[in-house]
Amino acid sequence: MLIRHKKASDVASHEITSESTYCNRRSFLEASGLIAGSLLAGGLSKTAFAGELPKDRAAKFADLKQSYAKLGPKDSLTPFEDVTTYNNFYEFGMDKADPSAYAAPFKPLPWTVKVDGLCGKPGTLDLNDFLKPHAIEERVYRMRCVEAWSMVIPWAGISLADVVKRFEPQGSAKYIAFETVVRPAEMRGQKGGIGGLNWPYVEGLRLDEAMNPLAILAVGLYGKQLPNQNGAPLRLVTPWKYGFKGIKSIVRISFVEKEPKSTWNVANPGEYGFYSNVNPTVDHPRWTQAMERRIGDLRRRETLMFNGYEEEVGQMYAGMDLKKYF
Amino acid sequence: MSAEVAVPGAHRRPRLDRWLKPAVFVLCLLPFFWLIARFLIYGFGANPIETGIRYLGDWSLRFLLIALAVTPVRIVTGWIVVARLRRMLGLFAFTYVALHVIGYVAIDQFFDWAAIGRDIIKRTYITFGMIALVILIPLALTSADSMVRRLGGARWRNLHRLVYVAGVAAVFHYYFMVKAGHLQPLIYGAILAGLFAVRIYKRFA
Repeated sequence: MLIRHKKASDVASHEITSESTYCNRRSFLEASGLIAGSLLAGGLSKTAFAGELPKDRAAKFADLKQSYAKLGPKDSLTPFEDVTTYNNFYEFGMDKADPSAYAAPFKPLPWTVKVDGLCGKPGTLDLNDFLKPHAIEERVYRMRCVEAWSMVIPWAGISLADVVKRFEPQGSAKYIAFETVVRPAEMRGQKGGIGGLNWPYVEGLRLDEAMNPLAILAVGLYGKQLPNQNGAPLRLVTPWKYGFKGIKSIVRISFVEKEPKSTWNVANPGEYGFYSNVNPTVDHPRWTQAMERRIGDLRRRETLMFNGYEEEVGQMYAGMDLKKYF
Repeated sequence: MSAEVAVPGAHRRPRLDRWLKPAVFVLCLLPFFWLIARFLIYGFGANPIETGIRYLGDWSLRFLLIALAVTPVRIVTGWIVVARLRRMLGLFAFTYVALHVIGYVAIDQFFDWAAIGRDIIKRTYITFGMIALVILIPLALTSADSMVRRLGGARWRNLHRLVYVAGVAAVFHYYFMVKAGHLQPLIYGAILAGLFAVRIYKRFA
């Protein structure tokens, strides 16, 4: 028997799904058919990805209801066009139209991921081998950018907790660090410039944050494999944190003892903390964090604590001064 | 230096001089028409409000620098006729500034005055933007010849020297808005500094 505990982020039963949400859902269901057709059946092209996947993975995609239950009544999917043409990925430029304009030369395959640091099973894995033991799941999450805009994105990815367990972190490992690939020839934003960021882009999580069921390593969105501009072929998604925590095009995962020096924190420690949890009560000097504009909306809406995932993640920060650890 | 170089016998001016002002007037309208055309043809992408406001902000700063460049250009090239463009270019700069601010107040914030007030106090870049706006308003209001006469040439000139302060505030507004990679605001700042340098050189040379 399924016992469901109602959560604040769930949609209430009396709330009627809006027409646009329904339409989106419909197209999404169609798109999810593509997941089976593209991601599962060789979406990560030219690789032996397809045939080796256990059959039960397809079932995960079919269960969209659970994914949708996480959304509120005002959360309709942000159109694919907007998700893939408006985002920050400074490796391709500083404008939010730059990633989609300049990411075409980037080659996401073949791809290897190096896992190192304080763990029992370090190694350098081909992406297929990295993904193989894990179920690819459907997750529809709100995404809140630190710049006070937001989206709702249907991701496909693997549980980060499962990845962490698989590589057997040692007791001394307190944090997990991620690095983005450095390829100035393919990523024009990495060629330098005054006041730019340091490469590689580095992000990190406390190990318990990495183990939270919400955290995933995404390989696709909208039923397609990740477009280059969205962080192909492998990126982090932590929906309760600001978008820049979602490090893209990951080539290295390290288990470490000390808090990783995350890129934006190094660039401007007064504005970007290590935690960067979505928090409407802690303002950013440049933007109020109390409100946000959902892409597609004219008016702003209130930002929710932990981006609406307080029930799932709040306990990890119990007793912490979130104004200090912003 | 007066607000407008008096040119007696305008009908006898050479062809280029006669067409200069109307031609520049039309050129100054192009960014606005491109804004409308772009919106109608392509749309503004995922975040049209931000795109539109930033577009207007970019052109506000450019026109402010163009207006501030008139006198240095005259000094360097000796081309006196450009001085006749100064008021028009200044008013165009103000017009783009006004559209930029209206976009922020009316569309972005939807007349949420409390939120706007908090922005002005807490966000450094908006503080600087508002300083620039507050300075530019009286300058635009006193741009007419009748205002020059009413204020008297010396007072009018002193008042209008504030436009340099507005220029500096506008560059800071842009600089503090950018998260990382400050090359573009620094380029605008360098141009502004160059324009100042010409004037200072002229004064002391």
